Amino acid sequence: MATYNTSDFRKGLKVQLDGEPYLMIEMNFVKPGKGNAFYKCKLRNLIRGGVIDRTYKGGDSLESADIEEIQTQFLYRQADVWVFMDNNTYEQYELSNEQVDEAWKYLKEEMPCQMMLYNSLPITMTPPNQVELAVEYCEPGAKGNTATNVTKPVKVETGAEFLCPAFIDIGNVVKIDTRTGEYVERVRT
Amino acid sequence: MNQHSDKTSRTSEFRPTATWDILVRRAELLSQLRSFFDQHGFLEVETPLISTDTIVDRHLDPIEICSEDGFRSPTDSRPRLWLQTSPESAMKRLLASGATAIYQVCKAFRLRERGNLHNPEFTLVEWYRRDDRMDDGIEFLSTLADTLLNRGPAEKLSYQAAFLKYANVDPLKTNVEQLQAQCTKLGISIPAQLDCELDDWLELLLTEVVQPRLGQQTPVILYNFPASQAALANVCELDRRVARRFELFIDGMELANGYEELRDADELERRMEMANRQRIADQKQSLPGAEKLLAAMQDNLPPCTGVALGWDRIVMLATGCTRIDQVVSFPWERA
Repeated sequence: MATYNTSDFRKGLKVQLDGEPYLMIEMNFVKPGKGNAFYKCKLRNLIRGGVIDRTYKGGDSLESADIEEIQTQFLYRQADVWVFMDNNTYEQYELSNEQVDEAWKYLKEEMPCQMMLYNSLPITMTPPNQVELAVEYCEPGAKGNTATNVTKPVKVETGAEFLCPAFIDIGNVVKIDTRTGEYVERVRT
Repeated sequence: MNQHSDKTSRTSEFRPTATWDILVRRAELLSQLRSFFDQHGFLEVETPLISTDTIVDRHLDPIEICSEDGFRSPTDSRPRLWLQTSPESAMKRLLASGATAIYQVCKAFRLRERGNLHNPEFTLVEWYRRDDRMDDGIEFLSTLADTLLNRGPAEKLSYQAAFLKYANVDPLKTNVEQLQAQCTKLGISIPAQLDCELDDWLELLLTEVVQPRLGQQTPVILYNFPASQAALANVCELDRRVARRFELFIDGMELANGYEELRDADELERRMEMANRQRIADQKQSLPGAEKLLAAMQDNLPPCTGVALGWDRIVMLATGCTRIDQVVSFPWERA
C-alpha cells in the first residue's frame, strides 16, 4: 500500500487511520522559523462522516486508503439488504440499511448511483443530485392554487414522504433534490 | 484536455496572485524600510544567493543547485552549491572584514515550506550591528516594527514567562511526558504514536497555544529561548539554560528571529555537527556546513546582534492580508 509523507499531504488525499478510511478536507502547514514543521489536518471519516483534527510533524506519514468510486445502478431491496450492480463489471454489491441511510427515500429500481468501495467492499452510496418520483398518496390537490409556499406531506413511490406544494396530486411526478430533501418542481401531471 | 481548455488554464496562471494595490503598498513599505536603515546609519549590502556554505539546521532544508553542465555525478569533486536559507554566512563575513552596521533585502529559499504563511522562495530583511547586545537588538527591532506597522513598541516577554502564562508549563523545568500530557489537556489533537522530542513538544505548544496569543494588542518580543534552540545565538552566561535569541510576534504571527551572535567557531562547528547527526536520524541528507563562515568567525567576528525579518509577512500585516500569496507577485506554483 502506498504511503503519503507529510510533504505529500494536501486537500483531497484519502488516507487510512486506525483501520478506517478518511478524506483530508483541510491541511495547514505551520512551522516555527527554526523549528519542526507541523501539518494540521482535518480528516473526514468516509464511513461514518465525522470530522477529526490531527496534527502531524514533518517526516510523519500516513497510509493511503484503498478507495475506489464506481458507477452502479440500484437493483432491488431484499429485507434489510440493498443490492446494487457495477455498471462496468456487472458485479453486485450489497449495502445494509445503515449504509444506505437517508438515501432509501430516493431509491427506485435501475436508478444510477455512485458507490464508494474501501478495500473493494462497499461503504457508502450517493444517489443522483435530483431524482424524479411518482406520487402515491396525498390529500387532494387544491385546483388553481399554484403557490409553492403552501405545502403538504406527499407520499412517493419509494414510501418516503416529502413536503410538496398544495397543487400536487396523486399520479404526478415530482423532482426532489437528494442533498436537501426539498421539492424542486413538478415534472408530469 | 482539448485545446480550448488548455488555453484557459494558461491565461490564468500567468497573472500575479497579489493585486496591483498591494504591490504598490509593498513598494512603499520597502522605500520606508530603506530610509529607516539609512537614518540609523546602516549600509545596504548585496551578497550571493548561491554559495558553497550552508547553515546546518535540523529543520531547514536548503535547495541544491546543479552545476552549469547539468546534474553532478557522484564522483564530481567540485564543491556543491546551494541557494541560501538566509544571508547569515555572507553578512558575517562582511562584519569580520570591517563592516559595522549593514542590512540586506534579499531572497531566501527553504525547500518544502509551503502554506498560508510560507513560500519556498521568500524575502528576508536581515541586518547586523557591531557591539549590540541582545537588549540593543530587541530595542532596534521594536522601533523598526513600530515605524513600519504603527502598532506601538513591543512588550518584552521571556520564553519561560510566555509558556508559564499561556501553556501552564515551565519550559526550562519539564520533560517529554509532562509536555505530552499538557498538549492533550489543551486539546491539541495528535496521533497516538507521535514521536516527539522535548523541543518538538515545546514547538508544538508554541505554535498551537502560545503563539496565537502573542502580539494581539501590542507586538511581543519573546527572548531567552531554551539553550537547546540556541541555533547561532550565544548561550546566556548567567543562566546556561537559555540562549540570547529573540523573536518578534504580531497578531500571533512569527515575524523576526534575532541572535546576540555566537562568535566561537568551535562551538558553532559542534552545533552544526550535532544538527547533521539529527538530520541523519531524521532521514534527511547531511549538509556540507559553513567553512567560509567558520573561517570568518575564527579570524575576527566582532560582538554583534543580527536579525532576520520575514518581509512578506510584514506586508501581510500592513495590508490586512491573511495569506502570503496575496502579497507576492508569483508564488511557488506560478513561479
